[in-house]
Amino acid sequence: MIEVDGLTKYYGDIRAISDLSFSIERGQIAGFLGLNGAGKSTALKVLAGFLLPTSGTVRVDGVDVVAAPDKVRRRIGYLPEEPPLYKEMTVSAFLTWLGKLRGMSGSEVVARLPSVLERTGLSQHGDRVIGTLSLGYRKRVGIAQAIIHDPTLVILDEPVSGLDPLQRVEMRKLVRGLGGDHTVLISSHNLLEVEETCDLLLMLGDGQLVAQGSEDEIHARIGTGASFEIDVRGDVTAAVTALTALPGIAEAKVTRAGGEGAPSEVTVHLAGDDPATEIESAVSALVGGGFGVSRVETATGELEDLFLKLAGTQEGEA
Amino acid sequence: MRAVALIVGRELGAYFRGWSGWIIAAGILMLQGVLFNVFALGDNEKLSSKVLQDFFYFSMGMTLVASVLLSMRLIAEERHDGTMVLLLTSPATDWQITLGKWMSAWIFVLLILAASFYMPLMVAVNGSVHPGHVFAGYLGLALVGAAATALGTFTSSMTSSQVVSVVLGGILAALTCVMWLFSRVASPPLDELLAYLDFYYRHFQDFREGTIHTRSVVFYSSVTFFFLLLTQKVLGARRWR
Repeated sequence: MIEVDGLTKYYGDIRAISDLSFSIERGQIAGFLGLNGAGKSTALKVLAGFLLPTSGTVRVDGVDVVAAPDKVRRRIGYLPEEPPLYKEMTVSAFLTWLGKLRGMSGSEVVARLPSVLERTGLSQHGDRVIGTLSLGYRKRVGIAQAIIHDPTLVILDEPVSGLDPLQRVEMRKLVRGLGGDHTVLISSHNLLEVEETCDLLLMLGDGQLVAQGSEDEIHARIGTGASFEIDVRGDVTAAVTALTALPGIAEAKVTRAGGEGAPSEVTVHLAGDDPATEIESAVSALVGGGFGVSRVETATGELEDLFLKLAGTQEGEA
Repeated sequence: MRAVALIVGRELGAYFRGWSGWIIAAGILMLQGVLFNVFALGDNEKLSSKVLQDFFYFSMGMTLVASVLLSMRLIAEERHDGTMVLLLTSPATDWQITLGKWMSAWIFVLLILAASFYMPLMVAVNGSVHPGHVFAGYLGLALVGAAATALGTFTSSMTSSQVVSVVLGGILAALTCVMWLFSRVASPPLDELLAYLDFYYRHFQDFREGTIHTRSVVFYSSVTFFFLLLTQKVLGARRWR
């Protein structure tokens, strides 16, 4: 089990992460979700023992990362965004060396290596020199090095970045397969990526945890993040009032005021979990209210929208 | 010690698998051979002990150069390639990482020194050489190599650029050999301190002539420990940055 309490990290005077607190159960796959610069990588570096926290505690199976760093590092496997690989070594030699460095005996490494190679799809590439592998296979070697010593916690920073669509699908499958045996923490700025892979979402904004929970729990709180734009003819203020009165509508605002006889553009954020029905209700309500509707354009749940909404929620709660 | 041995093994492997180790070793041995032929043997007849003294004199300079060149990549390259994370997230302590890195470069320097042994052997075959003189000279070179590789390991920990590392290392190594010049213009007690810090005149001169002084062994060992300690502190500080 991973327990993080009040974790804060400053780079000089710049606060990278602030007062993060969460816990991850054994075998869960958790996803750090955040925009670029939200503090995901810094948080992962601290959890991996690469950086020390300014304050707060991180415990892996009850062992503190600051008090007993060597014991904790033995239980952690970490893959940064750019896989750290000694390119002149062969895949097997590299993994064997790292397994030993992380406390395994020679016989333990020999026994575990074939299963790790098979799990990461590298069985046919054990004798290849790492420098000759494609990016997709280097990422696989990166994951293999993170699990070679059978760690409790596997930390993967943007594991699918830079991969082509096919490699992304394979990598997601691989990461998904790590759950159960290991507690896995991945980071991404792609909402769909994390939703497809993770049991627990940890949403970071400006170095702070703005939401955490399962996909359903987060959607119940903030909706799907879906929105649509609609061109409305008539009294736009009355139209906005009519829209916001509807269930399933989080917010409606005029994003472009129409001129004489021209329609106004209204952007509507949905709060429910059934965007299609909510959009139909909104259009029906407007038409029924005597407003002219000339264009409806839907948008999927953009991460940015979700974060803006979450930031608003945080402010409201403060 | 297992972590240190593993790091040493990988680093030595990197020297042998890459071109840099071979190039540096070949270049140093070639220069040493030329200097031995031209200056130590020379055209005029010399006593064997004088030939040996000349051999150890330029060998010290070559050892300094080899040490700085071999150690420039130790940490700078890992930082540049982003592989330092493998060591820093392993159970190995900063001290073990430092020791492993330094020891690999030092062992490679010792291998180069071992490969130069044919030169004093030639003197022994063609003249009269006291084994103690050879032993003292090589002990001095090994100690200079230890101190200079520690210095190079430290400069390598300061930057992610091997060029900056080797320039810094070169400047520091050169300074250690001209401290006697500064001591001449400094006032007491600074002059004595500067003279003591000189790698050659105060300390290596004796080894060159076949004498082993404990104070010089302690000096080189202390310099080695000092720079290794600095390196360990730099690695530790980076975790807090």
